[in-house]
Amino acid sequence: MEEILQLTIFGIVIGSIIGLGSMGLTLSYGITKFANFAHGDIMSLAMYIAYFIVVDIGVMGPTVFSLSFGWGMFLAIAVTVILLAIFSVVVDKLIYKKLRRDRSNIVTMAIASLGVGIIIRAAVTMFWGPYARLYVPGIHEAVPIAGSKILIKPDQIFIIGLTIVVTLIMYYLLYHTKLGKAMRATADNPDLAAVSGININNILAYTWAITGALTAVAGIMLGIQAQVYINLGFNLLLPMFAAVILGGIGNPWGALIGGFIVAISSEVSTAWIATGYKPAVPFVILIIMLIVRPRGIFGSNI
Amino acid sequence: MSNILETKQLSSGYGDITIIDNISMHLEPAEIVTIIGPNGAGKSTLLKAIFGMLPIFNGEVEFQGKAITRKNPSEIVALGASFVPQTDNIFPSLSIKENLEIGGYQRINELDEQIKKMFALFPELAKKSNEKASNLSGGQRQSLALARALMLDPKILLLDEPSAALSPVMRIFIFDKIKEIASLGVGILMIEQNAEEALKESDRGYVLAGGTIAFHDTAEAILANPEVGRLFLGLQKE
Repeated sequence: MEEILQLTIFGIVIGSIIGLGSMGLTLSYGITKFANFAHGDIMSLAMYIAYFIVVDIGVMGPTVFSLSFGWGMFLAIAVTVILLAIFSVVVDKLIYKKLRRDRSNIVTMAIASLGVGIIIRAAVTMFWGPYARLYVPGIHEAVPIAGSKILIKPDQIFIIGLTIVVTLIMYYLLYHTKLGKAMRATADNPDLAAVSGININNILAYTWAITGALTAVAGIMLGIQAQVYINLGFNLLLPMFAAVILGGIGNPWGALIGGFIVAISSEVSTAWIATGYKPAVPFVILIIMLIVRPRGIFGSNI
Repeated sequence: MSNILETKQLSSGYGDITIIDNISMHLEPAEIVTIIGPNGAGKSTLLKAIFGMLPIFNGEVEFQGKAITRKNPSEIVALGASFVPQTDNIFPSLSIKENLEIGGYQRINELDEQIKKMFALFPELAKKSNEKASNLSGGQRQSLALARALMLDPKILLLDEPSAALSPVMRIFIFDKIKEIASLGVGILMIEQNAEEALKESDRGYVLAGGTIAFHDTAEAILANPEVGRLFLGLQKE
């Protein structure tokens, strides 16, 4: 039982990363209607930008709250969020907007995004090399939860906490702001949104900015949890797509829950099966769910 | 009275294909004008072209005496025009209140006041304010679609088949509402398949055939015209 609980905790941590990443992926899909294959690589880019700030520039500072990192990491998160929000908008304006204007189909759009992803990976490798790095070297000890034998690292508590904060911000944004309601309306019915006086191009830009910001947070969390390595983001692309489909394409809450299902199911499965098979588990769940409920657990609406 | 909306030799269509050609028509404030014609005559194309949703190949669209040709829908909305599409005319996953808020997206103040006014005009919506719009019946959806379009106090309302797929009772209800809206000074330009019913509620009518205006007159005269009746209204008058 303790093992299952321990694996569940680990699944929640990984699920937080996949969940936030998937939220960005599904949000951009909901409004632009194409699958962004560069999403994983943008996550990787985020972890390297943060690495550049905290290690290359060297603003990390002494550790805080038993975490492995210092205040500099908070600054790095804030700066990376802003930079990737801008980056995502610029990529849309330079590449995807032109394709949309030419009425390119979703396959062309998806392949273009795959190309963007490859360019990002190549550029990051040029600057930082192909080797894995760490924000802070050394082993960071886990602490028991409430006197039990179940362990969690302070960094992992930070990841879960940050996911909760970002989710609450997203909820407020989507349901209690004019912009969020306009985003939901545009995802629901873009033509009607346009005739209601919403400037769709503005909404697309905001959506890309928010997607970039979410991806930045997810990418840095991945760097903190694992390591800073260029393939990590791309490796999470399929699990993120699985989370998006599980939760209902276009539904951010579904994607978040889908992320937890994907991560927890694959982690907990290692109590019975060899670790090498764990990536298959969420996809088995996905196939069963698609047969039973093709529109995802929560349906496609935001 | 001066025209609030006017098209001059308007041509438009999809891609390179011209669907409507040389359309000159007008609408006055508080007037109800119905466009009738067979399927494929270009009725919906005309409304979409006026509202900036399709490319204009030739001609002009004037709103309150100023050209709006080639403006995009959000600019046209800002000037005081609203459009209700035939289908997909609500946001199904948004609540009724949120649908109205989106209708008033360009409104800077008094949004709550305006929502209250819409709930007074369509009381059946008020009871379901926080429910998802997808839960509404056909007639209620059409009411919500009209209410959404009225959120900015438009000067003209373009309606694409407002009574389509409604029961006879709901059709009467919607036409009554349209008359009520027009009585507030809003010019209404609508397309209708239920041509006879719509013309009875209208001031004037245009008959569109093959992308051009085949005939126009007062609604009364069109209804009385045996040729139009036989060709477009399915009436067999001797």
